[in-house]
Amino acid sequence: MKRWSHFSKTRRASAVLCASLVSLAAGRDASADESLVVGSKRFAESTILAEAAAEVARATGAKVDHKEGLGGTAIVFRALEQGDIDLYPDYTGTLVEAVLHEKGPMKLDALRARLGEKGLCVADPLGFENTYALAVSEASSATRDVRRISDLASHPDLKLGLSNEFKGRDDGWLGLARAYGLESVVPREMDHGLAYGALASKSIDVIEVYSTDAKIEREHLRVLEDDKRFFPSYEAVFVHKCDLQTRAPKAFAAILGLSGTMDPRRMIALNAKVEVDGASPKDAAREWVGGAKSGAPTARRTFASGLLDVTVREGPRHLGLVFASLALSVLFGLPLGILAQRRRLLGAAILSTVGVLQTIPALALLCFFIPLLGIGTAPTILALFLYGLLPIVRNTFAGLEEIPPGLRESAVVLGLTPSRRLFGIELPLASRTILAGIKTSAVINVGTATVAAFVGAGGFGQPISTGLSLNDSSLILQGAVPAALLAIGVQGLFGLAERWLVPRGLGPRKS
Amino acid sequence: MLEIRGVSKRFAGKTALAPTTLSALRGSTLALLGSSGSGKSTLLRIIVGLVTADEGEVSIDGVRVSEETLPALRLRMGYVIQEGGLFPHLTAGDNVAIVARQLRWQAKKIDDRVEELRALVQIPRDALARHPVELSGGQRQRVALMRALMLDPDLVLLDEPLGALDPIVRAELGEELSTIFAAAHKTVVVVTHDVAEAAMLASEIVLLREGTIVQRGSYEDLASRPADPFVTRFLSAHPKLPSVALAGDAERGS
Repeated sequence: MKRWSHFSKTRRASAVLCASLVSLAAGRDASADESLVVGSKRFAESTILAEAAAEVARATGAKVDHKEGLGGTAIVFRALEQGDIDLYPDYTGTLVEAVLHEKGPMKLDALRARLGEKGLCVADPLGFENTYALAVSEASSATRDVRRISDLASHPDLKLGLSNEFKGRDDGWLGLARAYGLESVVPREMDHGLAYGALASKSIDVIEVYSTDAKIEREHLRVLEDDKRFFPSYEAVFVHKCDLQTRAPKAFAAILGLSGTMDPRRMIALNAKVEVDGASPKDAAREWVGGAKSGAPTARRTFASGLLDVTVREGPRHLGLVFASLALSVLFGLPLGILAQRRRLLGAAILSTVGVLQTIPALALLCFFIPLLGIGTAPTILALFLYGLLPIVRNTFAGLEEIPPGLRESAVVLGLTPSRRLFGIELPLASRTILAGIKTSAVINVGTATVAAFVGAGGFGQPISTGLSLNDSSLILQGAVPAALLAIGVQGLFGLAERWLVPRGLGPRKS
Repeated sequence: MLEIRGVSKRFAGKTALAPTTLSALRGSTLALLGSSGSGKSTLLRIIVGLVTADEGEVSIDGVRVSEETLPALRLRMGYVIQEGGLFPHLTAGDNVAIVARQLRWQAKKIDDRVEELRALVQIPRDALARHPVELSGGQRQRVALMRALMLDPDLVLLDEPLGALDPIVRAELGEELSTIFAAAHKTVVVVTHDVAEAAMLASEIVLLREGTIVQRGSYEDLASRPADPFVTRFLSAHPKLPSVALAGDAERGS
C-alpha cells in the first residue's frame, strides 16, 4: 500500500510536469496563455510607458514580464531584434537616427517600412512628443540675455553638461553644433540623471532636456528656443515584434488601445510624480491606464530597509554572477598563464590580448555579445569572465616567472616528471602571486557586475540603474553600498584563503 | 665512469667551453676549478643535461647523455647547488623523499633510507620536519646532500656547495663531505671558484681558464709543478687555505 501511494505520487508529479510541458509547447496559440516581455530604457518616462503597456496587457490575463532599465537604445533595440523582449517604447526620431542611422526627417510610413524589413512594427503614436531641447538654469540666465540656442555662441563662458548619448548623436550635439556654429564649445559628458544635481551646484549652466522633462518647471529652467528648427520630431511609439499580433492578440489589442491617449502635459505630470514625488513608475502608469495603486501611495521606504531589501533580493544574484564568471576566469586563466610562461612568443600574444580585452568598456563588450547571446545572464557572465582573465593570466605568468632558476633546475635534474614539477613545485611556489591575481579578479568583478542591470541580468546594479533613471541618489546608494561591502568581504575572504592555500615555508607575505 | 669527449659550447658567438675531453673513474673526486667565465659551470650543466653541447658527447657508464637517456640517467645523478636548491614549500624530509615518492617506493623503504642518510650527514631528526627557511645554512646543505644521495646515485654533482656558508661551518662541513664521499665510494664532481673548497672536497683538480683546461692534478701538483704561470697566480690570489683542509690534503697526498 505504502509502495503504491509512493508510486502514485510520483506519477501524479510526472503528469503535472508533462501537462505543463505540453502547455508550454502549445502555449503560443492558446489565448489563455498569452505572454510577452516588455522592455524599457533607463529613464522614468520609458519605464512608465512600458509599465502602462504591461498593465493593460495583464488586464487581459496575459503573463507579462517587464525588463526595465536596459542600458541605452543599442542594447534595448538589439534585445528586441533578438526576441528577448517583444515590445518597448521609443521615439520616432531616435529610431531614425540611432537605429536606422539615417539623417533628417522621415515619415512614419517610411520608418515602418524600414523596420518591417527587420520583422519589427511600430504602433500608432501615443499622442505626445518628447524632443530634445537645451535648457539653462535661471541663475545663469538671469545675468545674461540667453533665450535662443543661437545666443549660446555669444556666451562662451556658459558650461554645457550633456549625456553621452546626446553628445555623440548626429541629431544631438554633433548636428546641433554644426547648425548653430557652436563647434568650438566643448561640452562635458555626464549621465542625464546627474545633470540636474550638477546644474544646482552651478558646476554647469546648460543641459540637454527632454520636452516632457518633469523638472523643467520644478527646477525653474529656461528652455532655449530652437530658432533654427534643428531638432526633428520625436513622437512616442511602441516598437514591437510584428508577430506579437498573432502570438498575443488580446494583450496586443489592449496595448494598441493606448495610442493617442497621452498628451505632453499629462506626461510631464506623470514624470514628475515619479522623478520628484517618488511614486513608483507602476503607480504612475496606473494613474493613466487605470487600476489600483500598490500599497502606500508615494512614501518611499527608509534607506535602511531599502538596503536590506536590495541585499536580500539582489545579493545572491550578484554573487552568482561574480562567482560563475570567476570560476571560468580561473579555469581558463591558469592554463593560459602557464602557457604564456612556457611559450614566449605565444605568451606575448596571450598577455596583450587579455590586456586589450580589459580596455574595452564593459557596456560596449556587452553590446557586442547581445547579437550572439541575447540579454541577461549569459552575456554578462561572458563579459565578466573576459574582464577577470587579465589579472589571473598575468599573475600566473609572473608567479611562475619569479621562481628562482636554481629551484626550477633542481627539479629538472632531480628527475621529477613535467607534471610533478608543475603541480608539485612550480604552482605551489607561485601560489601566493596567483591567488593575489584571483583576488584582484574577484574584486574587479564585484564592481563590474553592477553593469549586469543594464542588460537585464539584475544584481546590485539594479537599484543603481533604477536610481540613475529616476535621479534618486538614495536608490543608487542602496546598490553601491552592498557592492562595496561585498568587495571588501571578498577581499577579506581571500586573505583567509591565502592562509590555507599558500604553503607554509614560503616565508612572510611580501606585500 | 664519466666520459667527456670533445665537448664544446658557444653562447651568442662567444666560446664558453672550447672542445674539452675529460674522464673520471668510479669513486674518484674531481673539482672543476676556475673563476667566473672559465666554463666550469657550463661543463657541469652539460653533464646534467641543462645545457646541450654544440659538439662532442658525454657518457655515464657508457650511456650517452641525450634527450632520450636523460630521464633514466638523472635518477642515477645527485645534484646539489649553492643554496641547496631545496623547495621552500616542502619540509626537509619531503624534499629528501620527493623523487622516491614519484618512483612509488614503499613508505618503509623511504623511511629507512632517510634515517640512514640522516645518520650519515648528522642532522637532528626533528630538523627533517622543518621547512628549509627554519634551518641553518649548514643544515640546508646537509639536507640537500641527503636529497642528492637518496636514490644512491653513481654520480654526485655539486655546484659551489659551500659557497653560501660562513667560514667555520664551511670548514666543518667541507671536511665531513670529503669523509662521506670517500666512504660512499661515489664519483663526485664539484664545481667551484674557491681553491680551498676544491682542495677540501676533491682529490683531483681540473683548473679551467676561458673555456680551456689549464692543468689537471692534485692540489700538490698544481702548487709545486704549475703547468703555466696562471696556475700559480690563481692559487696565490686565493686567501690562505684553512689548516684543516691543508692537513686533510696532506694526509691524502702521503
